[in-house]
Amino acid sequence: MAKKSFRQALNEALHLEMARDPRVIMMGEDLTGGAGAKGVQDAWGGAFGVTKGLLDAFGPERIRDTPISEAAFVGAAAGAALTGMRPIAEIMFVDFAGVCLDQIMNQAAKFRFMFGGRAKTPLVIRATYGAGSRSGSQHTQALYPIFTHIPGLKVVIPSNPYDAKGLLLQAIRDDDPVIFLEHKMLYDTVGEVPDGSYTIPFGEARVVRDGKDVMIVAIGRMVGVAEEAARQLASEGISACIVDPRTTSPLDEDTLLEVAEKIGRVVIVDEANPRCSVATDISALLADKCFDALKAPIKLVTAPHAPVPYAPNLEDAYIPTPEAVSKVVKSIVKR
Amino acid sequence: MSALQLPHDKLIEVYRTMRTIRRFEERVMDEMATGDIPGNTHLYAGQEASAVGVCLHLGEEDFISSTHRGHGHCIAKGVDIGSMMAELFGKASGTCGGKGGSMHIADLRKGMLGANGIVAAGAPITCGAALSAKLQGTKQVAVAFAGDGAMNEGVMSESFNLAKIWNLPIIFAIEDNGFGEATANEHVSAGSFTRRAESYDIPAIEVDGTDVFAVYTAAGEAVERARTGGGPTMLQIHVPRYYGHYSGDPDNYRTPEEKAAMRQERDCLVNFRQRVKDVSLLDAGELDAVDQMVEAEIDRAVAAARAAPFPPLSALTTDVYVKYL
Repeated sequence: MAKKSFRQALNEALHLEMARDPRVIMMGEDLTGGAGAKGVQDAWGGAFGVTKGLLDAFGPERIRDTPISEAAFVGAAAGAALTGMRPIAEIMFVDFAGVCLDQIMNQAAKFRFMFGGRAKTPLVIRATYGAGSRSGSQHTQALYPIFTHIPGLKVVIPSNPYDAKGLLLQAIRDDDPVIFLEHKMLYDTVGEVPDGSYTIPFGEARVVRDGKDVMIVAIGRMVGVAEEAARQLASEGISACIVDPRTTSPLDEDTLLEVAEKIGRVVIVDEANPRCSVATDISALLADKCFDALKAPIKLVTAPHAPVPYAPNLEDAYIPTPEAVSKVVKSIVKR
Repeated sequence: MSALQLPHDKLIEVYRTMRTIRRFEERVMDEMATGDIPGNTHLYAGQEASAVGVCLHLGEEDFISSTHRGHGHCIAKGVDIGSMMAELFGKASGTCGGKGGSMHIADLRKGMLGANGIVAAGAPITCGAALSAKLQGTKQVAVAFAGDGAMNEGVMSESFNLAKIWNLPIIFAIEDNGFGEATANEHVSAGSFTRRAESYDIPAIEVDGTDVFAVYTAAGEAVERARTGGGPTMLQIHVPRYYGHYSGDPDNYRTPEEKAAMRQERDCLVNFRQRVKDVSLLDAGELDAVDQMVEAEIDRAVAAARAAPFPPLSALTTDVYVKYL
């Protein structure tokens, strides 16, 4: 199988699905870059290069560079989804959801329910998330808890190139609104990715690695952090299992419960802020449903309750590290 | 075509629809007093000529979006009043199975994309519907109804911009009733609404919204422009709001004198009757018969809504997703 970057995997998914289904259109800021200018066209191919080449393949009617106007184009994407298209709206940084949350939270998410089940909103909102790029507090957040909280939305957070492609293809074919979050520090990571189309169902966690002493739950970029921690722990004789839920809504409760019951020790690693988060949500789930199987308190390794800082030393300290994960694991694994 | 040259059956339809909206709203106000309609509603009475004059140009396949004050738009777009009344009572037979309520009535089969509890939120959604039509080459047009209050939401300006740069087949029908909730428009709005639209090179026109023929004429040009690829139009339709912001609003920020004068001088139904009488198009007897028909229809709607069951408790968690797990 060919090795491809996370970015390339996403780009392939977009190419494949747009070629397969003429109802798929894209809108967002600088999806191509250079629109209306005299110089190079498709100059950027998206702020992170994910949409490069789509303009050539599908033209400006289907690849629509928008004004910097999230409320308008996310709302238009919702309206187009309601009326027969399958739009993909790109919010360059998920932080910008602040200016269009109404269209996501009050509109797209609720159409089907409010309209008595007589509407379909096959909308994908792609956005980058996550810290590590030295970009300060407004381009770096991990806001999936906000979206996970809202009934009517599905929330997808791929951790590797293979999943990124399969989950994006599923998202575009899905008939409900999907928030698809791409960690900007993962775009250059490489993995094996098949050339053709394949989908990964939502609500199916991946057991990244088997182990018997502790279950580490991690999503998005934190899966790699957990893997590094597991390697460190293995050298010290501790065997860590890693579970990546892949989607936080729907959440694969069955796999989380099954593995937690088998192992009895749980550490949840989450780049998001800790209050009302996916980490606390999974922790509550396990405490409620498999308390008797637990051999130690459930431990969380998260960002602090603070905005993402700019100074490199502070930002590095903000993001959970393999060392921090290892330390917490060792605190609950009796040897 | 001048509206007064409408064929006889169209004239009757215009009157009947306006009358239906008026009586629907008056009846809802009465039914609210019984306590059997949950929550509150925002009544459209007084503004009927706007919805009817615009929607007369639209087919079932065309799109509209509406506002919190949406009953009139629904009725003008052909949504069944029986199912609407049931929706207001929160009944399973309602347009949305009782799960939407007054502020969320939608009927996609009729091109009605939803009333909306969020001011101005329908504007970008309607841009999306217009984009669907444009990309699929269907010649459908989309109308975003909004109030004067919506004009001060940023997304309204964003939608003007998007509609123009994408040359969308859309009409922004701004119903200016002079009040955003309980605050006078002149207290909160700078400049002029038409100039705001014109600054995006969107043709804009002010219309007397108590004159259904004037609305019909202005909307006709706008719909024609949209259907033939000419892009967006903005209509500022001046209308009276007969009731307060919502059904429980004491509306004491308007004086009794000005409210009485409003009803006396700005009534689209009275205007209509006068206009058709002046040119001997319809006689009063015909219109009285329409009134009686409307009355009976609304009686039936209320009786059926009252008799209908509430949704089953299982509906609490259905229709959140097409498919979840």
